[in-house]
Amino acid sequence: MATVVKKPHALADIPMHYCPGCTHGIVHRIIAEVIDELDIEGKTIGISPVGCSYNNYDYFNCDMVQAAHGRAPAVGTGIKRANPENVVFTYQGDGDLAAIGTGEIIHAATRGEKLTTIFVNNAIYGMTAGQMAPTTLMNQVTSTSPYGRVAENHGFPLKVCELLSTIEGAVFIERASVHDIKGIINTKKAIKKAFKVQMSNKGFAIVEVLSSCPTNWGMSPAKALEWIREKMIDFYPLGNFKGENMEV
Amino acid sequence: MIEKVIISGFGGQGVLSAGRILAYCGMLENRSVSCLPSYGPEMRGGTANCHVIVSDKAIGSPVLNNATSLIVMNNPSLEKFEKVVETGGLIIMDSSLVNNIPNRDDISLYSIPATKTAFDMGNITFANIILLGKLISATGIVLKENFEKALYKILPEKKHNLIPQEMEALEYGFNYSAE
Amino acid sequence: MGEKFLMKGNEVIAEAALRAGCRFYFGYPITPQTEIAHYLAKKMPEVGGTFLQAESETAAINMVYGAASAGVRVMTSSSSPGISLKQEGISFIACAELPAVIVNIVRCGPGLGGILPAQCDYFQAVKGGGHGDYKMVVLAPYSIQELYELTVDAFNISDKYRTITMIMGEGILGQMMETVEFKDVENNIHIEKPWATTGTGMKREKNIITSIYIKPEVLEEHNRKLQAKYKEIEKNEIRVESYNCEDADVIVAAFGTVARIISNVIPMAQKEGIKVGLIRPISLWPFPVKEFEKYAHVPKAFLTVELNAGQMLEDVRLAVNGKKPVHFHGRMGGMIPDEAEILEEIKKITRS
Repeated sequence: MATVVKKPHALADIPMHYCPGCTHGIVHRIIAEVIDELDIEGKTIGISPVGCSYNNYDYFNCDMVQAAHGRAPAVGTGIKRANPENVVFTYQGDGDLAAIGTGEIIHAATRGEKLTTIFVNNAIYGMTAGQMAPTTLMNQVTSTSPYGRVAENHGFPLKVCELLSTIEGAVFIERASVHDIKGIINTKKAIKKAFKVQMSNKGFAIVEVLSSCPTNWGMSPAKALEWIREKMIDFYPLGNFKGENMEV
Repeated sequence: MIEKVIISGFGGQGVLSAGRILAYCGMLENRSVSCLPSYGPEMRGGTANCHVIVSDKAIGSPVLNNATSLIVMNNPSLEKFEKVVETGGLIIMDSSLVNNIPNRDDISLYSIPATKTAFDMGNITFANIILLGKLISATGIVLKENFEKALYKILPEKKHNLIPQEMEALEYGFNYSAE
Repeated sequence: MGEKFLMKGNEVIAEAALRAGCRFYFGYPITPQTEIAHYLAKKMPEVGGTFLQAESETAAINMVYGAASAGVRVMTSSSSPGISLKQEGISFIACAELPAVIVNIVRCGPGLGGILPAQCDYFQAVKGGGHGDYKMVVLAPYSIQELYELTVDAFNISDKYRTITMIMGEGILGQMMETVEFKDVENNIHIEKPWATTGTGMKREKNIITSIYIKPEVLEEHNRKLQAKYKEIEKNEIRVESYNCEDADVIVAAFGTVARIISNVIPMAQKEGIKVGLIRPISLWPFPVKEFEKYAHVPKAFLTVELNAGQMLEDVRLAVNGKKPVHFHGRMGGMIPDEAEILEEIKKITRS
């Protein structure tokens, strides 16, 4: 019988700890497929964040470094500068990248570090139990915005791709979503390109992936995917912001 | 021997480079040397000083609470440091810029119009060298010959053409007498 | 004898790092240690190394974490408030067992404080400024020559034990010039780093650098491993110098440039018929406890002199363990005690 689908080599053959309906697993698989397709597992170093995916060093088969909250782009800078032949990716959530690590991501982009950042935006803090994130939508209820996010108190959601688009060193910026098959295919295309941008030394590349958190959103997995489509994409438009036509 | 020298003036008068050259000469003579520049907030106010020790023995504290010699290039420096000069020590002052007189009768005083002379010689920045010349002749802290060697070592090559003139300035201070 | 140079302490630290084979420096400007950055910004490109001015101290220490993970010799330097910002990274590096050299040219605190000489970061350095049960080797040189030698050593110690080694000096030490001879770095060891994350090359199992251990049994085991390593360091890496202690009336404990002031006080006291000894801890951690035990029976009392409100004092008291009184004299805020005032303190002790 012909094999039509198999686990990517770069993905470890162990059960993941994510909640039912969480899309981290999909994003992991996409990254692993890309690593396989580009045949770079042996020289890739992944950087795990603080957040639900803190231990994704267990899930990838390449060398992995776990970073302090928000510091992955700085850690990645150190690794990449030490061994430029490595392919280095950071995997960061919205609290990690867009709150505590704002300085690190902006300046890694500013320096045009040859890094690939996968930014998983699910509009909430998952691991610490559903607190408000910088990307939490207006009126969204979280454990620290129990009456909904209101501008007077919490300010407005942060659009990371749009923000980074003003930075010269950030050469590839795209927002994708894994809420449906088409979205998953586009996400993979974007992530693959983001790796290739790094491998051709063009500069900093980031793919924001709109992702679900059924547990902390208080929704069923199916409803959560609908919520991405209806609410998140409405505020965070999908598409390429920079580098769409870049030759890599 | 141990010579403890404080050099003090405004920033830009070459106080720190004078200290560095002096320490360098001491090093060429295989002595222990230290040179501690002021680096505190007072630098912003425009005054600068450095503590230089040249000694036959290992140097203890690089911080000078008293000095065998004091070179001053402005009035505030004289006011600040004249009391730390040991009895029998000396004060060398740039009389072009220092018009106060030290209130001490237990030290030797040399008053040299260093800035004016340096200006007349064509390079006002050599005032510090003139004053060092006097320090060397009055104390024998280092050998005059080594001064030239030190300049060649310390100065970047593009400034080596100035060295003969600097040695002239040193010579002027070395031989200066008020009479 | 090799060639001698007249150099500023901060420049010597930078030169020592280069001679120790350090090719990666990440830092953020802060006085009074900026000459380290200036020197390396100029020299690193000449030797194919990397000098990177980070956006913050936090970023700089995490770049160190990254480069150390990649197996290279790496250094950062800062001054007190900057070192405070680095504490998160320091704790992570200690837990992940990465070798790194950190220089602290201490300012007088607390807060933004001032830039004049102080030793007020002793507690932060030796007791763990960051969170958790970790230690780092802390070396306190007292001359420019020693600054060179200890900085080179710091890289070797770090690699050997997979630990952080901190060079801690007062502002004076960074700013002053003295003669230095760059003795051959013969004892510069090369240690293989099979644990480094440099890519599997598809030839080995993956390496993971981490400081998170969710299972308590595993984390306790990791802590035990760290503690065993610290015991080993305590056994092998004590550095101390003592002078005149055999029949001293008073033994002074002082580190860094304060010890040099004491060396001026010793002959002054001698003239007044008082024998003063000096114990100078060079490694502040591991602390030379045995040296104090060895001489605890000798003097009438100990006197600790520091540029702070009494920090090493606690370690001296623990080491002397009640056998003799331990007095303290300290200055703060960038003030430096002069020889006369220290002698007066000594006389107070001998009179009492």
